[in-house]
Amino acid sequence: MPTIAPSAAEAVAGIRDNSTVLIGGFGNAGQPMELINALLDGGATGLTVVNNNAGQGDAGLALLIKERRVRKIICSFPRQSDSWHFDAAYRAGEIELELVPQGNLAERIRAAGAGIGGFFTPTGYGTMLTEGRETRIIDGRGHVYETPIHADYALIKALTADRAGNLIYRKTARNFGPIMAAAAKASIVQVGSIVATGELDPENVVTPGIYVTTIVQINATTPAAAEHGVTQ
Amino acid sequence: MNTQEKGARLGRDELAALVASDIKAGSYVNLGIGQPTLVSNYLRPEQSVTLHTENGMLGMGPEAHGDDIDEDLINAGKIPVTELPGASYFHHADSFAMMRGGHLDVCVLGAFQVSATGDLANWHTGAPDAIPAVGGAMDLATGAKEVYVMMSLFAKDGSSKLVEACTYPLTGVGCVTRIYTNDAVFLITADGVRVRETFGTTLAELQQRIPVPLQAAPLR
Repeated sequence: MPTIAPSAAEAVAGIRDNSTVLIGGFGNAGQPMELINALLDGGATGLTVVNNNAGQGDAGLALLIKERRVRKIICSFPRQSDSWHFDAAYRAGEIELELVPQGNLAERIRAAGAGIGGFFTPTGYGTMLTEGRETRIIDGRGHVYETPIHADYALIKALTADRAGNLIYRKTARNFGPIMAAAAKASIVQVGSIVATGELDPENVVTPGIYVTTIVQINATTPAAAEHGVTQ
Repeated sequence: MNTQEKGARLGRDELAALVASDIKAGSYVNLGIGQPTLVSNYLRPEQSVTLHTENGMLGMGPEAHGDDIDEDLINAGKIPVTELPGASYFHHADSFAMMRGGHLDVCVLGAFQVSATGDLANWHTGAPDAIPAVGGAMDLATGAKEVYVMMSLFAKDGSSKLVEACTYPLTGVGCVTRIYTNDAVFLITADGVRVRETFGTTLAELQQRIPVPLQAAPLR
């Protein structure tokens, strides 16, 4: 059964230097902003972070990078109009970048959670991103071998949890949440509300509680979320 | 064998309308960021096309404005969008499995270059100081049943973007099936590049500027 943490700070307190941390979200949708801020306050450094992007603007992951707490980032799309903190760190040679096609990134995370030792995929075959990699021709088509991405922690955001750790998400904010929850040794989830066990319809549970280690309730901060009943 | 030679060079919106009209009714389609997004403006309701966005949704509706903006409902370009009746949400691994597994009928992408054998270059200029970013480009290029490229046929320096072999870093090998440009529509076939129609130019004129053997296409 998951632990229910009283605050974001306590939820992330166990994260040590040099950990590998999966961080959910695609752009701001599903980004566990309060957990990332707590990680920033907590001081852990030398992190390897896995996220689709490399931070936006002056918030969340972008600030972790600005403070040089991220040694390496594994992502598909670091360069954006407002990724100035990553851009500066990268140009200064102060962050390592592993660039992965988005679907391969997702499948590598999924593979880790599913206990798969990697997979062959056509995505990226014959491109500079997979130079030197093991390849195989399967049914006449070139495939490249990709390895699973295991992690120490996952920080994700969901809409609602029950006390058994079952999660439901909201719209496109689901993105990496379910696969990251399964791929990490410990999954820390911020939710808008926690309901009693039994209150979520089992047919609608997206992430079963077996994948969830810690839950923390963060009250909704946006009108859209509040309107959809995220606030308690 | 025939290339339809039509009046004038197509504008940006006319090109988008042409791509839209070529998409078969009932298709599942992913429209890339930028010029391909315009195609959605010209899909007719009776085509019943379902749009996929790779961040995890089928049944994407038009861009959201005003009170309809919801930060949890965005497209792959991180633009707020709306949902249509029959929409569904799924996680990233499912979304890309859907793509890689060949379930999408058509993907429309922009390009820097396309080779005569359908190699695509659209993610990286290869400039030494550029910060690379690939996103879902490689997955889209290799996954859909048909990959349509929308691009200008000639670069600013006048050189052809349809080339014998791409000089920019590749996105995918042998993946492009059609190229829609303001000057002509090209079909990439096992027998080479065929010109389906031209706009304000002729097959003979194009051949003088394009370093790839061009043939007329079979009649549609």
